[in-house]
Amino acid sequence: MSDKVIYVMYDDDHILKDGAKKLVSNGVKISEVFSPFPIHGIDPIIGIKNTRLGIMAFLYGLTGLTLATLGMRYMMIVDWPMNIGGKPNFTYLDNILAFIPITFEFTVLCAAHGMAITYLLLNKTLPGMPAQNPDPRTTDDKFVMEIRLSENSSMTEESIDALLSDTGYFELDKKEVK
Amino acid sequence: MEFQITKKAKNVTFGLIAVGLLLTVVGIATGMGDHHFKTRLLTNGLINGFFYFALGLGALFFLALQYATETGWYASIKRVIEAVAGFIPYGMGIFGIVLLTITFMDGAHIYTWMDSEIVAHDEIIQGKSAYLNKTFFWIRTVVYFITYFYFLNGFRKRSLEEDRIGGTELHFKNYRQGALFLVFFAVFSSTSSWDWLMSIDVHWFSTLYGWYTFAGMWCSTMVVLVITTLYLKKLGYLEKVNDSHIHDLGKWTFGTSFLWSYLWFSQFMLIWYANIGEEVTYYQMRIDNYKIMYFAMFVINFAFPMLLLMSRDAKRHAGILTFVGLIILVGHWIDVYIMVSGGTMGAQAKIGFMEVGMALMLLGVFIYVVLRNLTKSPLTPVNHPFLDESIHHDI
Repeated sequence: MSDKVIYVMYDDDHILKDGAKKLVSNGVKISEVFSPFPIHGIDPIIGIKNTRLGIMAFLYGLTGLTLATLGMRYMMIVDWPMNIGGKPNFTYLDNILAFIPITFEFTVLCAAHGMAITYLLLNKTLPGMPAQNPDPRTTDDKFVMEIRLSENSSMTEESIDALLSDTGYFELDKKEVK
Repeated sequence: MEFQITKKAKNVTFGLIAVGLLLTVVGIATGMGDHHFKTRLLTNGLINGFFYFALGLGALFFLALQYATETGWYASIKRVIEAVAGFIPYGMGIFGIVLLTITFMDGAHIYTWMDSEIVAHDEIIQGKSAYLNKTFFWIRTVVYFITYFYFLNGFRKRSLEEDRIGGTELHFKNYRQGALFLVFFAVFSSTSSWDWLMSIDVHWFSTLYGWYTFAGMWCSTMVVLVITTLYLKKLGYLEKVNDSHIHDLGKWTFGTSFLWSYLWFSQFMLIWYANIGEEVTYYQMRIDNYKIMYFAMFVINFAFPMLLLMSRDAKRHAGILTFVGLIILVGHWIDVYIMVSGGTMGAQAKIGFMEVGMALMLLGVFIYVVLRNLTKSPLTPVNHPFLDESIHHDI
Protein backbone atom coordinates (compact mmCIF):
# COMPACT_ATOMS: atom_id res chain seq x y z
CA MET A 1 0.00 0.00 0.00
CA SER A 2 1.50 3.29 -0.98
CA ASP A 3 1.37 6.20 1.38
CA LYS A 4 2.26 9.84 1.22
CA VAL A 5 4.12 11.55 4.05
CA ILE A 6 4.16 15.31 4.57
CA TYR A 7 7.16 16.70 6.38
CA VAL A 8 6.58 20.22 7.63
CA MET A 9 9.66 21.97 8.93
CA TYR A 10 9.63 24.87 11.36
CA ASP A 11 12.47 26.92 12.75
CA ASP A 12 10.83 27.62 16.10
CA ASP A 13 9.26 25.22 18.55
CA HIS A 14 6.53 27.66 19.57
CA ILE A 15 5.39 28.12 15.97
CA LEU A 16 5.32 24.35 15.56
CA LYS A 17 3.29 23.97 18.73
CA ASP A 18 0.73 26.57 17.61
CA GLY A 19 0.55 24.94 14.17
CA ALA A 20 0.09 21.49 15.71
CA LYS A 21 -2.71 22.81 17.92
CA LYS A 22 -4.49 24.24 14.89
CA LEU A 23 -4.13 21.07 12.84
CA VAL A 24 -5.29 18.79 15.63
CA SER A 25 -8.32 20.95 16.35
CA ASN A 26 -9.26 20.54 12.67
CA GLY A 27 -9.04 16.77 12.96
CA VAL A 28 -5.61 16.13 11.47
CA LYS A 29 -3.65 13.30 13.02
CA ILE A 30 0.05 14.16 13.47
CA SER A 31 2.04 10.96 13.62
CA GLU A 32 5.38 12.30 14.87
CA VAL A 33 7.40 15.41 15.72
CA PHE A 34 11.19 15.47 15.44
CA SER A 35 13.10 18.07 17.40
CA PRO A 36 16.62 18.61 18.72
CA PHE A 37 15.33 18.94 22.29
CA PRO A 38 12.17 17.95 24.17
CA ILE A 39 9.36 20.43 23.45
CA HIS A 40 7.43 21.02 26.65
CA GLY A 41 3.73 20.33 26.28
CA ILE A 42 3.83 18.80 22.79
CA ASP A 43 2.86 15.28 23.94
CA PRO A 44 -0.77 15.99 24.88
CA ILE A 45 -1.25 18.13 21.74
CA ILE A 46 -0.31 15.41 19.27
CA GLY A 47 -1.88 12.73 21.46
CA ILE A 48 1.17 10.84 22.68
CA LYS A 49 0.41 8.73 25.74
CA ASN A 50 2.53 8.97 28.88
CA THR A 51 5.52 6.69 28.75
CA ARG A 52 5.37 3.38 30.60
CA LEU A 53 9.15 3.31 31.00
CA GLY A 54 8.71 4.05 34.72
CA ILE A 55 6.77 0.84 35.24
CA MET A 56 9.47 -1.08 33.41
CA ALA A 57 12.11 0.58 35.60
CA PHE A 58 10.25 -0.63 38.69
CA LEU A 59 10.11 -4.18 37.32
CA TYR A 60 13.80 -4.15 36.39
CA GLY A 61 14.60 -2.87 39.88
CA LEU A 62 12.53 -5.65 41.41
CA THR A 63 14.44 -8.16 39.29
CA GLY A 64 17.72 -6.74 40.53
CA LEU A 65 16.55 -6.86 44.13
CA THR A 66 15.52 -10.51 43.82
CA LEU A 67 18.68 -11.56 41.97
CA ALA A 68 20.93 -9.82 44.50
CA THR A 69 19.14 -11.38 47.46
CA LEU A 70 19.14 -14.90 46.02
CA GLY A 71 22.71 -14.58 44.78
CA MET A 72 24.15 -13.35 48.05
CA ARG A 73 22.21 -15.86 50.07
CA TYR A 74 23.58 -18.69 47.97
CA MET A 75 27.17 -17.40 47.86
CA MET A 76 27.58 -16.16 51.41
CA ILE A 77 25.38 -18.51 53.43
CA VAL A 78 24.43 -21.70 51.60
CA ASP A 79 27.40 -22.57 49.42
CA TRP A 80 30.27 -21.36 51.60
CA PRO A 81 29.28 -19.70 54.90
CA MET A 82 31.45 -16.65 55.40
CA ASN A 83 32.58 -15.06 58.64
CA ILE A 84 33.54 -11.44 58.02
CA GLY A 85 34.55 -9.15 60.87
CA GLY A 86 33.14 -11.47 63.53
CA LYS A 87 29.76 -11.57 61.87
CA PRO A 88 29.16 -15.15 60.81
CA ASN A 89 26.48 -15.45 58.18
CA PHE A 90 24.39 -18.28 59.53
CA THR A 91 21.14 -16.68 58.52
CA TYR A 92 20.43 -14.05 55.96
CA LEU A 93 17.95 -12.18 58.15
CA ASP A 94 20.32 -11.64 61.07
CA ASN A 95 22.88 -10.04 58.80
CA ILE A 96 20.56 -8.34 56.40
CA LEU A 97 22.11 -4.94 57.15
CA ALA A 98 25.41 -6.03 55.65
CA PHE A 99 23.68 -7.11 52.45
CA ILE A 100 21.57 -4.01 51.93
CA PRO A 101 24.21 -1.81 50.23
CA ILE A 102 24.88 -4.47 47.60
CA THR A 103 21.16 -5.13 47.14
CA PHE A 104 20.66 -1.41 46.65
CA GLU A 105 23.50 -1.10 44.15
CA PHE A 106 22.35 -4.10 42.15
CA THR A 107 18.76 -2.83 42.09
CA VAL A 108 19.96 0.49 40.71
CA LEU A 109 22.25 -1.21 38.22
CA CYS A 110 19.46 -3.40 36.83
CA ALA A 111 16.90 -0.60 36.77
CA ALA A 112 19.25 1.83 35.03
CA HIS A 113 20.60 -0.58 32.45
CA GLY A 114 17.26 -2.18 31.78
CA MET A 115 15.67 1.21 31.32
CA ALA A 116 18.41 2.51 29.02
CA ILE A 117 18.39 -0.60 26.82
CA THR A 118 14.58 -0.64 26.64
CA TYR A 119 14.58 3.00 25.68
CA LEU A 120 17.11 2.49 22.90
CA LEU A 121 15.25 -0.59 21.60
CA LEU A 122 11.87 1.15 21.59
CA ASN A 123 13.28 4.13 19.73
CA LYS A 124 15.25 1.88 17.36
CA THR A 125 18.38 3.85 18.20
CA LEU A 126 20.75 1.11 19.29
CA PRO A 127 24.31 1.85 18.14
CA GLY A 128 24.69 1.16 14.42
CA MET A 129 21.00 1.41 13.59
CA PRO A 130 19.97 3.74 10.75
CA ALA A 131 18.75 7.19 11.78
CA GLN A 132 14.97 7.58 12.17
CA ASN A 133 14.64 11.32 11.63
CA PRO A 134 13.77 12.52 8.14
CA ASP A 135 16.24 15.40 8.04
CA PRO A 136 19.61 15.80 9.79
CA ARG A 137 18.74 19.43 10.54
CA THR A 138 16.31 18.23 13.24
CA THR A 139 19.36 17.42 15.31
CA ASP A 140 20.53 21.01 15.01
CA ASP A 141 18.00 23.86 15.04
CA LYS A 142 14.95 22.76 13.02
CA PHE A 143 11.71 21.07 14.00
CA VAL A 144 9.79 18.67 11.78
CA MET A 145 6.20 17.55 11.98
CA GLU A 146 5.26 14.33 10.21
CA ILE A 147 1.75 13.79 8.81
CA ARG A 148 0.77 10.56 7.08
CA LEU A 149 -2.09 10.58 4.62
CA SER A 150 -2.95 6.97 5.46
CA GLU A 151 -3.68 8.06 9.02
CA ASN A 152 -5.90 10.88 7.79
CA SER A 153 -8.27 9.05 5.48
CA SER A 154 -11.04 11.55 6.14
CA MET A 155 -8.90 14.45 4.90
CA THR A 156 -7.67 15.19 1.41
CA GLU A 157 -4.12 16.27 0.73
CA GLU A 158 -5.38 19.65 -0.44
CA SER A 159 -7.33 20.36 2.73
CA ILE A 160 -4.27 19.56 4.86
CA ASP A 161 -2.17 21.81 2.64
CA ALA A 162 -4.69 24.57 3.09
CA LEU A 163 -4.54 24.21 6.86
CA LEU A 164 -0.74 24.17 6.81
CA SER A 165 -0.38 27.18 4.54
CA ASP A 166 -0.66 29.83 7.25
CA THR A 167 1.07 28.04 10.14
CA GLY A 168 4.31 29.79 9.26
CA TYR A 169 6.38 26.77 8.27
CA PHE A 170 9.94 27.01 7.08
CA GLU A 171 9.94 24.22 4.51
CA LEU A 172 7.42 21.68 3.19
CA ASP A 173 8.46 18.31 1.84
CA LYS A 174 6.35 15.42 0.56
CA LYS A 175 7.45 11.87 0.04
CA GLU A 176 5.84 8.79 -1.43
CA VAL A 177 6.58 5.73 0.63
CA LYS A 178 5.72 2.14 -0.01
CA MET B 1 -5.12 37.98 45.56
CA GLU B 2 -4.67 38.59 49.25
CA PHE B 3 -5.11 35.60 51.50
CA GLN B 4 -7.61 35.74 54.34
CA ILE B 5 -7.59 33.27 57.20
CA THR B 6 -10.92 31.48 57.08
CA LYS B 7 -13.10 31.19 60.15
CA LYS B 8 -12.72 27.44 60.04
CA ALA B 9 -8.93 27.65 60.01
CA LYS B 10 -9.03 30.05 62.94
CA ASN B 11 -11.31 27.71 64.90
CA VAL B 12 -9.12 24.70 64.12
CA THR B 13 -5.86 26.39 65.11
CA PHE B 14 -7.27 27.86 68.30
CA GLY B 15 -8.92 24.51 69.00
CA LEU B 16 -5.54 22.79 68.61
CA ILE B 17 -3.90 25.31 70.92
CA ALA B 18 -6.69 24.97 73.51
CA VAL B 19 -6.76 21.17 73.45
CA GLY B 20 -2.98 21.07 73.51
CA LEU B 21 -2.83 23.45 76.42
CA LEU B 22 -5.46 21.48 78.31
CA LEU B 23 -3.63 18.19 77.76
CA THR B 24 -0.33 19.77 78.77
CA VAL B 25 -1.85 21.12 81.98
CA VAL B 26 -3.40 17.71 82.73
CA GLY B 27 -0.03 16.13 81.99
CA ILE B 28 1.79 18.57 84.26
CA ALA B 29 -0.78 18.16 87.05
CA THR B 30 -0.63 14.39 86.99
CA GLY B 31 3.11 14.16 86.52
CA MET B 32 4.09 16.84 89.04
CA GLY B 33 5.05 14.50 91.87
CA ASP B 34 7.13 12.28 89.62
CA HIS B 35 10.85 12.12 90.24
CA HIS B 36 11.63 12.79 86.58
CA PHE B 37 9.04 15.50 86.14
CA LYS B 38 11.36 18.43 85.40
CA THR B 39 13.46 16.47 82.96
CA ARG B 40 10.35 15.19 81.22
CA LEU B 41 8.86 18.65 80.89
CA LEU B 42 12.04 20.14 79.48
CA THR B 43 12.61 17.15 77.23
CA ASN B 44 9.21 17.87 75.75
CA GLY B 45 10.10 21.50 75.35
CA LEU B 46 13.31 20.57 73.59
CA ILE B 47 11.63 18.09 71.23
CA ASN B 48 8.85 20.42 70.16
CA GLY B 49 10.89 23.59 70.34
CA PHE B 50 13.44 22.06 67.99
CA PHE B 51 10.95 20.30 65.71
CA TYR B 52 8.87 23.37 64.88
CA PHE B 53 11.85 25.70 64.72
CA ALA B 54 13.45 23.23 62.30
CA LEU B 55 10.36 23.31 60.04
CA GLY B 56 10.89 27.05 59.61
CA LEU B 57 14.64 26.67 59.23
CA GLY B 58 14.18 24.03 56.54
CA ALA B 59 12.04 26.48 54.59
CA LEU B 60 14.70 29.18 54.92
CA PHE B 61 17.28 26.72 53.64
CA PHE B 62 15.03 25.72 50.77
CA LEU B 63 14.44 29.35 49.82
CA ALA B 64 18.18 30.08 49.88
CA LEU B 65 18.75 26.99 47.75
CA GLN B 66 16.30 28.28 45.12
CA TYR B 67 17.99 31.68 45.11
CA ALA B 68 21.49 30.27 44.87
CA THR B 69 20.56 27.95 42.00
CA GLU B 70 18.45 30.62 40.26
CA THR B 71 15.57 28.19 39.99
CA GLY B 72 12.52 29.19 38.00
CA TRP B 73 9.66 26.84 38.80
CA TYR B 74 9.30 27.76 42.46
CA ALA B 75 8.49 31.44 41.84
CA SER B 76 4.74 30.97 42.14
CA ILE B 77 4.99 29.14 45.48
CA LYS B 78 7.70 31.43 46.83
CA ARG B 79 5.35 33.16 49.27
CA VAL B 80 4.41 29.80 50.81
CA ILE B 81 8.09 29.07 51.48
CA GLU B 82 8.55 32.54 52.93
CA ALA B 83 5.51 32.13 55.19
CA VAL B 84 6.83 28.86 56.61
CA ALA B 85 10.31 30.35 57.02
CA GLY B 86 8.62 33.25 58.80
CA PHE B 87 8.01 30.96 61.77
CA ILE B 88 11.73 31.15 62.59
CA PRO B 89 11.54 34.15 64.99
CA TYR B 90 8.72 32.48 66.95
CA GLY B 91 10.49 29.14 66.84
CA MET B 92 13.68 30.77 68.08
CA GLY B 93 11.74 32.37 70.91
CA ILE B 94 10.19 29.11 72.12
CA PHE B 95 13.34 27.09 71.58
CA GLY B 96 15.49 29.82 73.15
CA ILE B 97 13.36 29.85 76.32
CA VAL B 98 13.66 26.07 76.62
CA LEU B 99 17.44 26.19 76.17
CA LEU B 100 17.71 29.05 78.65
CA THR B 101 15.68 27.18 81.28
CA ILE B 102 17.83 24.09 80.81
CA THR B 103 20.97 26.20 81.19
CA PHE B 104 19.76 27.81 84.40
CA MET B 105 18.93 24.37 85.78
CA ASP B 106 22.50 23.22 85.09
CA GLY B 107 21.46 20.92 82.30
CA ALA B 108 18.43 19.44 84.09
CA HIS B 109 19.77 15.90 83.36
CA ILE B 110 19.40 16.74 79.68
CA TYR B 111 22.74 18.39 78.94
CA THR B 112 24.74 16.59 81.61
CA TRP B 113 27.87 18.46 80.52
CA MET B 114 26.31 21.62 81.99
CA ASP B 115 26.33 20.08 85.47
CA SER B 116 29.72 20.86 87.06
CA GLU B 117 29.35 18.04 89.62
CA ILE B 118 28.95 15.43 86.91
CA VAL B 119 31.76 16.90 84.81
CA ALA B 120 34.13 16.77 87.81
CA HIS B 121 33.81 12.98 87.89
CA ASP B 122 33.69 12.34 84.18
CA GLU B 123 36.90 12.32 82.20
CA ILE B 124 35.21 11.96 78.84
CA ILE B 125 33.18 15.13 79.34
CA GLN B 126 36.24 16.92 80.69
CA GLY B 127 37.99 16.17 77.42
CA LYS B 128 35.12 17.79 75.53
CA SER B 129 34.59 20.73 77.85
CA ALA B 130 36.60 23.13 75.69
CA TYR B 131 33.72 22.93 73.23
CA LEU B 132 30.83 21.87 75.45
CA ASN B 133 30.56 24.53 78.12
CA LYS B 134 27.76 26.95 78.90
CA THR B 135 29.48 30.09 77.63
CA PHE B 136 30.64 28.71 74.30
CA PHE B 137 27.30 26.91 73.85
CA TRP B 138 25.45 30.19 74.16
CA ILE B 139 27.88 32.08 71.96
CA ARG B 140 27.24 29.51 69.24
CA THR B 141 23.48 29.43 69.76
CA VAL B 142 23.25 33.22 69.59
CA VAL B 143 25.41 33.27 66.47
CA TYR B 144 23.15 30.70 64.79
CA PHE B 145 20.02 32.61 65.74
CA ILE B 146 21.36 35.97 64.60
CA THR B 147 22.62 34.55 61.30
CA TYR B 148 19.32 32.83 60.52
CA PHE B 149 17.33 35.90 61.47
CA TYR B 150 19.56 38.21 59.44
CA PHE B 151 19.17 36.15 56.27
CA LEU B 152 15.44 35.58 56.78
CA ASN B 153 14.89 39.29 57.27
CA GLY B 154 16.96 40.17 54.21
CA PHE B 155 15.22 37.66 51.94
CA ARG B 156 11.80 38.81 53.08
CA LYS B 157 12.61 42.49 52.76
CA ARG B 158 14.01 42.13 49.25
CA SER B 159 11.11 39.91 48.23
CA LEU B 160 8.59 42.59 49.16
CA GLU B 161 10.77 45.30 47.62
CA GLU B 162 10.90 43.31 44.38
CA ASP B 163 7.10 43.44 44.26
CA ARG B 164 7.28 47.21 44.24
CA ILE B 165 10.28 48.05 42.04
CA GLY B 166 11.19 44.87 40.14
CA GLY B 167 14.34 44.71 38.06
CA THR B 168 17.19 42.26 38.29
CA GLU B 169 19.41 44.02 40.82
CA LEU B 170 17.47 42.56 43.77
CA HIS B 171 17.49 39.19 42.09
CA PHE B 172 21.28 39.12 41.88
CA LYS B 173 21.55 40.34 45.45
CA ASN B 174 19.30 37.42 46.49
CA TYR B 175 21.45 35.11 44.42
CA ARG B 176 24.61 36.16 46.27
CA GLN B 177 22.94 36.15 49.67
CA GLY B 178 21.41 32.73 49.01
CA ALA B 179 24.81 31.28 48.18
CA LEU B 180 26.32 32.96 51.24
CA PHE B 181 23.59 31.53 53.46
CA LEU B 182 24.29 28.03 52.19
CA VAL B 183 27.95 28.43 53.15
CA PHE B 184 26.99 29.35 56.70
CA PHE B 185 24.26 26.74 56.83
CA ALA B 186 26.59 23.97 55.68
CA VAL B 187 28.62 24.46 58.85
CA PHE B 188 25.85 25.54 61.21
CA SER B 189 23.43 22.73 60.37
CA SER B 190 26.03 20.24 61.56
CA THR B 191 27.40 22.11 64.56
CA SER B 192 23.97 23.21 65.80
CA SER B 193 22.69 19.65 65.75
CA TRP B 194 25.75 18.59 67.76
CA ASP B 195 25.10 21.35 70.25
CA TRP B 196 21.37 21.00 70.64
CA LEU B 197 20.77 17.30 70.12
CA MET B 198 23.90 15.19 69.97
CA SER B 199 25.35 16.63 73.18
CA ILE B 200 22.46 15.00 75.06
CA ASP B 201 24.26 11.69 74.60
CA VAL B 202 27.46 13.39 75.62
CA HIS B 203 29.74 10.35 75.61
CA TRP B 204 28.69 9.34 72.16
CA PHE B 205 29.34 10.97 68.81
CA SER B 206 28.61 10.34 65.16
CA THR B 207 29.98 12.29 62.24
CA LEU B 208 26.80 11.65 60.27
CA TYR B 209 24.54 13.09 62.95
CA GLY B 210 24.38 16.60 61.49
CA TRP B 211 23.33 15.43 58.06
CA TYR B 212 20.87 12.99 59.55
CA THR B 213 19.16 15.73 61.57
CA PHE B 214 19.25 18.04 58.59
CA ALA B 215 17.71 15.43 56.27
CA GLY B 216 14.85 14.79 58.68
CA MET B 217 14.24 18.51 59.00
CA TRP B 218 14.31 19.06 55.24
CA CYS B 219 11.85 16.22 54.62
CA SER B 220 9.42 17.55 57.24
CA THR B 221 9.66 21.01 55.69
CA MET B 222 8.83 19.68 52.23
CA VAL B 223 5.76 17.97 53.65
CA VAL B 224 4.65 21.24 55.25
CA LEU B 225 5.22 23.13 51.99
CA VAL B 226 3.27 20.67 49.88
CA ILE B 227 0.35 20.51 52.33
CA THR B 228 0.20 24.31 52.66
CA THR B 229 0.25 24.71 48.88
CA LEU B 230 -2.52 22.12 48.47
CA TYR B 231 -4.56 23.81 51.18
CA LEU B 232 -4.28 27.21 49.50
CA LYS B 233 -5.15 25.72 46.13
CA LYS B 234 -8.19 24.02 47.57
CA LEU B 235 -9.41 27.37 48.85
CA GLY B 236 -9.03 28.78 45.35
CA TYR B 237 -5.84 30.76 45.89
CA LEU B 238 -2.57 30.29 43.98
CA GLU B 239 -4.35 29.95 40.64
CA LYS B 240 -0.95 30.09 38.89
CA VAL B 241 0.16 26.88 40.58
CA ASN B 242 -0.51 23.88 38.33
CA ASP B 243 -0.09 20.12 38.61
CA SER B 244 3.57 20.36 37.68
CA HIS B 245 4.39 22.47 40.74
CA ILE B 246 2.59 20.00 42.97
CA HIS B 247 4.42 17.18 41.20
CA ASP B 248 7.76 18.89 41.88
CA LEU B 249 6.95 19.38 45.55
CA GLY B 250 5.90 15.74 45.69
CA LYS B 251 9.23 14.76 44.15
CA TRP B 252 11.06 16.77 46.80
CA THR B 253 9.09 14.99 49.52
CA PHE B 254 9.88 11.66 47.92
CA GLY B 255 13.55 12.50 47.40
CA THR B 256 14.19 13.92 50.86
CA SER B 257 12.53 10.87 52.41
CA PHE B 258 15.12 8.79 50.63
CA LEU B 259 17.90 11.12 51.74
CA TRP B 260 16.78 10.72 55.34
CA SER B 261 16.43 6.92 55.06
CA TYR B 262 19.82 6.68 53.41
CA LEU B 263 21.49 8.62 56.21
CA TRP B 264 19.58 6.73 58.93
CA PHE B 265 20.74 3.49 57.43
CA SER B 266 24.33 4.64 56.86
CA GLN B 267 24.70 5.71 60.48
CA PHE B 268 23.04 2.58 61.79
CA MET B 269 24.86 0.10 59.60
CA LEU B 270 28.36 1.47 60.17
CA ILE B 271 27.90 1.40 63.94
CA TRP B 272 26.30 -2.04 63.83
CA TYR B 273 29.11 -3.38 61.65
CA ALA B 274 32.01 -1.98 63.66
CA ASN B 275 30.32 -2.98 66.93
CA ILE B 276 32.51 -0.75 69.11
CA GLY B 277 31.34 -0.45 72.71
CA GLU B 278 31.21 3.33 72.97
CA GLU B 279 29.43 3.70 69.64
CA VAL B 280 26.71 1.10 69.97
CA THR B 281 25.41 2.47 73.29
CA TYR B 282 23.32 5.04 71.42
CA TYR B 283 21.42 2.38 69.52
CA GLN B 284 21.35 -0.13 72.36
CA MET B 285 19.63 2.38 74.58
CA ARG B 286 17.07 3.16 71.92
CA ILE B 287 16.45 -0.41 70.87
CA ASP B 288 16.10 -1.54 74.50
CA ASN B 289 13.55 1.13 75.33
CA TYR B 290 11.84 1.98 72.06
CA LYS B 291 12.30 -1.08 69.90
CA ILE B 292 8.94 -1.15 68.14
CA MET B 293 8.56 2.61 67.89
CA TYR B 294 12.10 3.06 66.58
CA PHE B 295 11.89 0.54 63.77
CA ALA B 296 8.27 1.31 62.96
CA MET B 297 9.28 4.96 62.60
CA PHE B 298 11.99 4.00 60.13
CA VAL B 299 9.72 1.77 58.09
CA ILE B 300 6.99 4.42 57.99
CA ASN B 301 9.31 7.24 57.00
CA PHE B 302 10.97 5.13 54.33
CA ALA B 303 8.47 2.64 52.97
CA PHE B 304 5.39 4.85 52.99
CA PRO B 305 6.71 7.56 50.67
CA MET B 306 8.61 5.00 48.62
CA LEU B 307 5.64 2.78 47.81
CA LEU B 308 2.89 5.39 47.73
CA LEU B 309 4.67 8.32 46.09
CA MET B 310 6.66 6.41 43.49
CA SER B 311 4.30 6.84 40.58
CA ARG B 312 3.82 10.07 38.68
CA ASP B 313 0.07 10.12 39.25
CA ALA B 314 0.41 9.80 43.02
CA LYS B 315 2.66 12.86 43.17
CA ARG B 316 -0.07 14.88 41.46
CA HIS B 317 -2.89 13.57 43.64
CA ALA B 318 -3.77 15.95 46.49
CA GLY B 319 -5.34 13.23 48.64
CA ILE B 320 -2.40 10.83 48.46
CA LEU B 321 0.14 13.60 49.02
CA THR B 322 -1.70 14.89 52.09
CA PHE B 323 -2.18 11.41 53.52
CA VAL B 324 1.45 10.35 53.07
CA GLY B 325 2.67 13.79 54.15
CA LEU B 326 0.78 13.81 57.43
CA ILE B 327 1.93 10.30 58.27
CA ILE B 328 5.61 10.97 57.65
CA LEU B 329 5.35 14.29 59.48
CA VAL B 330 4.27 12.33 62.57
CA GLY B 331 7.03 9.84 61.76
CA HIS B 332 9.66 12.58 61.78
CA TRP B 333 8.28 13.98 65.02
CA ILE B 334 8.73 10.52 66.54
CA ASP B 335 12.26 10.49 65.13
CA VAL B 336 13.10 13.70 67.01
CA TYR B 337 11.26 12.35 70.06
CA ILE B 338 13.46 9.26 70.17
CA MET B 339 16.63 11.25 69.43
CA VAL B 340 15.99 13.45 72.47
CA SER B 341 14.11 11.20 74.91
CA GLY B 342 16.42 8.28 74.31
CA GLY B 343 19.21 10.29 75.90
CA THR B 344 17.31 12.23 78.54
CA MET B 345 14.57 9.90 79.81
CA GLY B 346 15.80 6.52 78.62
CA ALA B 347 13.61 3.78 80.02
CA GLN B 348 11.39 6.27 81.85
CA ALA B 349 10.13 7.88 78.66
CA LYS B 350 6.50 7.51 77.77
CA ILE B 351 4.08 9.26 75.49
CA GLY B 352 1.34 10.71 77.65
CA PHE B 353 -0.83 13.80 77.92
CA MET B 354 2.14 16.12 78.18
CA GLU B 355 3.87 14.85 75.03
CA VAL B 356 0.77 14.87 72.85
CA GLY B 357 -0.51 18.11 74.37
CA MET B 358 2.63 20.10 73.82
CA ALA B 359 3.02 18.85 70.25
CA LEU B 360 -0.58 19.79 69.42
CA MET B 361 -0.32 23.17 71.09
CA LEU B 362 2.78 24.14 69.15
CA LEU B 363 1.28 22.71 65.97
CA GLY B 364 -1.62 25.12 66.45
CA VAL B 365 0.77 28.01 67.01
CA PHE B 366 2.82 26.99 64.00
CA ILE B 367 -0.18 26.78 61.67
CA TYR B 368 -1.56 30.08 62.89
CA VAL B 369 1.75 31.91 62.45
CA VAL B 370 2.22 30.48 58.96
CA LEU B 371 -1.32 31.43 57.92
CA ARG B 372 -0.89 34.91 59.34
CA ASN B 373 2.39 35.30 57.46
CA LEU B 374 0.54 34.37 54.27
CA THR B 375 -1.94 37.23 54.74
CA LYS B 376 0.83 39.81 54.90
CA SER B 377 1.75 39.88 51.21
CA PRO B 378 0.25 38.98 47.83
CA LEU B 379 0.36 35.20 47.39
CA THR B 380 2.07 35.43 44.02
CA PRO B 381 5.14 37.62 43.76
CA VAL B 382 4.57 40.32 41.15
CA ASN B 383 8.00 41.06 39.70
CA HIS B 384 9.98 37.91 40.24
CA PRO B 385 12.21 37.59 37.15
CA PHE B 386 11.33 33.90 36.75
CA LEU B 387 7.61 34.28 37.36
CA ASP B 388 6.77 33.77 33.70
CA GLU B 389 8.84 30.60 33.58
CA SER B 390 7.09 29.37 36.69
CA ILE B 391 3.62 30.03 35.29
CA HIS B 392 4.48 27.97 32.21
CA HIS B 393 6.09 25.24 34.27
CA ASP B 394 5.35 21.93 32.61
CA ILE B 395 6.90 18.55 33.34
